Amino acid sequence: MTLKEIKEILEAEVITGHDRLDQEISAAGASDLMSDVLAFGKPGILLLTGLSNSQSVRTANIIDAKAIVYVRGKKPDQEGIELAKGKNIPILSTKFLMYRACGLLFSHGLMGIGVPGA
Amino acid sequence: MPETAMSDENSFSQRFEIRGGDFSNAGKPSTSIKETLQEIGIDPAIIIRASIASYEAEMNVVMYAQRGSLTLNVTPEKLYLRLEDEGPGIENVELAMKEGFSTATEKMREMGFGAGMGLPNIKRNADELEIFSQPGKGLSLDITLYLNSTG
Repeated sequence: MTLKEIKEILEAEVITGHDRLDQEISAAGASDLMSDVLAFGKPGILLLTGLSNSQSVRTANIIDAKAIVYVRGKKPDQEGIELAKGKNIPILSTKFLMYRACGLLFSHGLMGIGVPGA
Repeated sequence: MPETAMSDENSFSQRFEIRGGDFSNAGKPSTSIKETLQEIGIDPAIIIRASIASYEAEMNVVMYAQRGSLTLNVTPEKLYLRLEDEGPGIENVELAMKEGFSTATEKMREMGFGAGMGLPNIKRNADELEIFSQPGKGLSLDITLYLNSTG
């Protein structure tokens, strides 16, 4: 699924990374807890989060996430936006709540991160 | 920016100061370390593990200590991260290694951290982790990753 499709499914606003919407995303993970993202995140994922401070962008960069979707209409602060621009991490913002945003993407075929033993 | 960066043909090192409570700059040294490791051509799988360990360790200093430092040292065989701080230390290291155990405040949780995952996350990503705690004085962590294995 491309970021452009994700944008359409989530009726999302593109905050930064308009020129990278053709990127393919094959898995996603969602959490407001950055330690969980650091523990279970995988390179190349889409990160859905409600945590809009710049730590969310730093965390996405650390795990090599491909893009971030902020739920519930949240947007990162200016520092987060600048960091995302510098690291080429597209940022989208959807008005949907976390559960619905994840459900919509999953029902359109975007898988979660594999958990060992599950 | 690193306070010091030194290199010779056998090793490379960088040192960063960390201020306790400085949440807006938290993560910058680890981001910079990640860039450095990419520049010197370390295996991407090792870079991610080192970056995660560094970031969690750095957040620990920001959250709990008054001040600290983060030093990266890379040799042809190993990558070391040394965190030293002046702060409360850890009373019970064994307990702190358990996932979910945390003494975090609301402010720390608002930043997306403080869920008792930090030290376990560091251990999971390191080949070796040594913790030296002096309760009431400070903490140091020695994190080692071997460059010739995937751990």
